[in-house]
Amino acid sequence: MMITLSDYLVLSAVLFAISVAGIFLNRKNIIVLLMSIELMLLAVNMNFIAFSHHWGNLAGQVMVFFILTVAAAESAIGLAILVILFRNLRSINVDDIGTLKG
Amino acid sequence: MTFQSIIFYAFSAVLIFSALRVITAKNPVHAVLFLVMSFYTASALWMLLYAEFLAIMLIVVYVGAVMVLFLFVVMMLDINFEKLREGFWKYLPVAASVAILMVAEMVLLITSKNFHMGDGAMPGAPAAISNSKELGRILYTDYLLPFELASVILVVAIVAAIALTMRPRKEARSQVVGDQVRVKAADRLKIIKMDPTVEAASVAAAPESAPTPPASSVAQSPQTPAPVAAKAS
Repeated sequence: MMITLSDYLVLSAVLFAISVAGIFLNRKNIIVLLMSIELMLLAVNMNFIAFSHHWGNLAGQVMVFFILTVAAAESAIGLAILVILFRNLRSINVDDIGTLKG
Repeated sequence: MTFQSIIFYAFSAVLIFSALRVITAKNPVHAVLFLVMSFYTASALWMLLYAEFLAIMLIVVYVGAVMVLFLFVVMMLDINFEKLREGFWKYLPVAASVAILMVAEMVLLITSKNFHMGDGAMPGAPAAISNSKELGRILYTDYLLPFELASVILVVAIVAAIALTMRPRKEARSQVVGDQVRVKAADRLKIIKMDPTVEAASVAAAPESAPTPPASSVAQSPQTPAPVAAKAS
């Protein structure tokens, strides 16, 4: 019983669904929301690498490289925003961040 | 069951377990540590797909830098995490049904016979060329401009993160560059006209000390016409 491409795709679909459920469950906690987004990107990257290996084309791995770069930048800026948010509001609850609603 | 499939299923089980713990952990520090574990396991799975360079980079860059940044932030903020978890059980049925629906749809699509996607086993190891070497070759030829763009993105992220979190100290003294540039000469320097006066003592002293050119020694010989006195304001 060999592993096929479908196994990797199903694994990454499960991972993606888990992170979507994480966004639902931890709706108020920005830190866990950011972590769920990281998990989603991991699932996408796994798809890219599985396809890249399956078809012997390295373009998918280059794409993963860029996704990792952008994800690192995103989480750095997201955490910086989180820190100044906590400094100003003393809370990271999503419900407290409604100032722009007017 | 081959050795590779044993590795695949074992690591997949660990990956899914740790991902579930990430989203259900009560303590966010545990959540970050389980996230580290899931990234580590994913890196092992990427190694199984012969993507060695990306697997190592996932550990070194992601687990080593980004996850530690998460850990720093979680530990630095003093937050009552119990309050943030309210609504967890309320949303659990919705979240679970959405997730199960998504997985069911994706599995139906992926394993469908008409889709011809995962037929046959994965190919074995690629030819005896190094994955890192090949990736570097196409990264610096075909993907040179996107690669440069990635470095620009990193610079922007550095600048943005520092600019967002930097907070000047209250007692620190600093220059206001705008005021410095805007200043005019007239604000600092005042030119006043004085009448030429001749004092007896200076007349007597002048020939001894400085008998010479009146043009160069304005300050020393007050008897020269048009004296200019500078006064700092």
